[in-house]
Amino acid sequence: MEVLAILIPVSLFLGLLGLGAFLWTLRKGMYDDPEGDSQRILDPRYDDKPKPVPPEDDPR
Amino acid sequence: MSLVTIRPSACPACAAAPAAEAQADHAEQPDARLLLSVPAVHCGGCIATIERDLADMAGVNSARLNLTLKRLSVDAKPGIGAQDIIARLAKLGYEAHEMDAGIISMTATEKQGRDLLMRVGVSGFAMMNVMLLSVAVWAGAEGPTRDLFHLISALIAIPTVAFAGQPFFRNAWQAARAGRMDMDGPISIAILLTLIISIYESLLSGAHAYFEAVVMLIFFLLVGRYLDFRARAVARSAAQELSALEVPRATRLSEGAEREVSVADLAVGDVVLVRPGGRVPVDGVVLSGQSELDRALLTGETLPVFASEGHVVSAGEVNLTGPLQVRVTAAGKDSSLHRMADLVATAESARMRYTTIAERAAAAYAPSIPILAFAAFVVWMYISGGDLRLSLNIAVASLIITCPCALGLAVPAVVTSASGKLFRKGLLIKDGTALERLAEVDTVVFDKTGTLTMGTPEPTNLGAHPPQALQVALTLAEGSSHPLSQALARALRAQAVVPVGMDAISEIAGYGMEGTWQGQRVRLGRADWVGAEPSDTTAAYLSIGGAIHPFTFADQLRAGAAEVVAALQAQGKSVRLISGDVPAAVQDLAARVGITDWQAGALPAEKAAQVSELQAAGHKVLMVGDGLNDTVALSVAHVSISPASAMDAARAASDMVLLGRDLRPVADAVRMSGTAMQRIRENLWQSGIYNAIFVPIALFGFATPLWAAFVMSLSSISVTLNALRLK
Repeated sequence: MEVLAILIPVSLFLGLLGLGAFLWTLRKGMYDDPEGDSQRILDPRYDDKPKPVPPEDDPR
Repeated sequence: MSLVTIRPSACPACAAAPAAEAQADHAEQPDARLLLSVPAVHCGGCIATIERDLADMAGVNSARLNLTLKRLSVDAKPGIGAQDIIARLAKLGYEAHEMDAGIISMTATEKQGRDLLMRVGVSGFAMMNVMLLSVAVWAGAEGPTRDLFHLISALIAIPTVAFAGQPFFRNAWQAARAGRMDMDGPISIAILLTLIISIYESLLSGAHAYFEAVVMLIFFLLVGRYLDFRARAVARSAAQELSALEVPRATRLSEGAEREVSVADLAVGDVVLVRPGGRVPVDGVVLSGQSELDRALLTGETLPVFASEGHVVSAGEVNLTGPLQVRVTAAGKDSSLHRMADLVATAESARMRYTTIAERAAAAYAPSIPILAFAAFVVWMYISGGDLRLSLNIAVASLIITCPCALGLAVPAVVTSASGKLFRKGLLIKDGTALERLAEVDTVVFDKTGTLTMGTPEPTNLGAHPPQALQVALTLAEGSSHPLSQALARALRAQAVVPVGMDAISEIAGYGMEGTWQGQRVRLGRADWVGAEPSDTTAAYLSIGGAIHPFTFADQLRAGAAEVVAALQAQGKSVRLISGDVPAAVQDLAARVGITDWQAGALPAEKAAQVSELQAAGHKVLMVGDGLNDTVALSVAHVSISPASAMDAARAASDMVLLGRDLRPVADAVRMSGTAMQRIRENLWQSGIYNAIFVPIALFGFATPLWAAFVMSLSSISVTLNALRLK
């Protein structure tokens, strides 16, 4: 049972990591336009290279 | 994240004083962010077309289209205004409106949505972790291991409840202070009580702790809240779109000088100038000038009306041919437009009192939760002879099992699914209760001009005229912006008719076009001016020398008009047509779309009165209309739909807006609202049945945390799946 002493902190850490990732995506506005994002994946415009991000052009 | 932290500060010192920064920002804003509503976008192609085109436009830094909200945000250099973008989009074939006033409240809405989503996420992750520990306990962990797991669960659950449960606690507190009891009251009691008992049990190394049930309850309820919120956010953005439309302005003439003023600033006795193509801003009397007025939006008449000195004009009419000077007789609160707005407001507040099925279910169900738990506590205290711990445990088990997890999802899941499907078909639901009201409809009342028809005339008898007459007509018609002339020119061009050479072409405002062709005078215009016998259908008259050629026009049928009438009749709804137009035109159209019950020449007040009468007789009326004359009827009706091309006031007064040109989604919406209501009822029954089965188990003291978790997830998932079954 000593293994629990490692496993529980590890599982909690992984949980927090997932939560952190979720909050990050939320802050980056990735859930603002689900409809549009599902269409944008078919858009060939940025297939070769990513869209140049203008500095500080963070929506809100 | 707040606005202040992301935005690059103009001066670093300002960061400490947000107000000062906001001011500085206002003064020297380098680039403007424009927000436009583009209702017609619907696919990935639209995104690519619009963004690519705007990226090439000079002065535009970047553009991003939000397809969910059908909203375009443009980052542009100072010289670029919304008008430039709108013109550019018009060239691409997209209609756009600037949104301005809505920006502040929109960020508030988005913040609220993000806030809810964050709570959903936090409770979701907490649920997963607590469940991991609980499964170990259920699998047979005992003694110190179980206690340790319970305590770790408590460490996760307590902050989660404190953070994610806030929306429920806040609502419950507000309701309690106002002396009301809503669903959030019992929910908050259940959450807090269960949490406290569970902590107490874990500290005393008891066998059962309900941490996962508490967190799961919060998670499912928040998902329901979030769905509900999204549906309302889309509705709210539609309402903003309407209110953010142009501020009504007028051109006031004072001592020979023209000045642009807000309509609100006009006073009785002022003189305003109404240019051709402009809308009459106030009620008044024509002082000078002559023209024709399009009153279709106000009265439903398709024929333009002649106006010159001394004629009375009403706000909302469109001036067609010549400039008019109008002396204001009623402005602001007294104008006919404003009176109509008042009627609408009254009718709408009456509609606000509609109680939805969810509210009725909650009102019936909410009190039973604490009563049942309390009864269980008292009865078990008696049976066990005062065993407080056992009685409390059973009370908590029945609390958590009766708590309406599925009830919170039952309605929003269906409404979200239905409105999403209708939105994809081109129907925007503005009001949350509209779908439910639509399901009760048994009578459908249509307006004619602009609703069943496109509101644009089409020539009907081009074949009856000699080729030369057609050529002359085209030459004259091309010089005018009158709607009949434009329709005639368009139709003749489509038939490859070529214009002839002509001298001295001029437009006589309010009468028609005149010219000289092969030495004789030719005229295209009103019957009395040309010298023809007027007929009762819409027509323009061409005279060449003495010969008269009447061109008759009919309003073009909106796509899907006949199908929608047939489909509604097939669904057993009675369909009526009430129009302000002349009988001949209405009869003709009624025959074309298959409506037998029609009425012509109805004034705006009569339309509303007819709708009220029908409702007084026990019918539930769906009103479909677009004009100012329909506005009151739209707001009086049980539920209402207007096309996107409708007047702002009409769109604002209606519950749903048709985004496309096709009328067919109306029949789909009526059908789908029926199915949606059926699903909602099924869902409510489902969650009721789960309770009927598991509440006795809890009351007899057999319920374990495993049961609670099982019931909760099973009912929530089955309710959601049932909602997705909607076709």
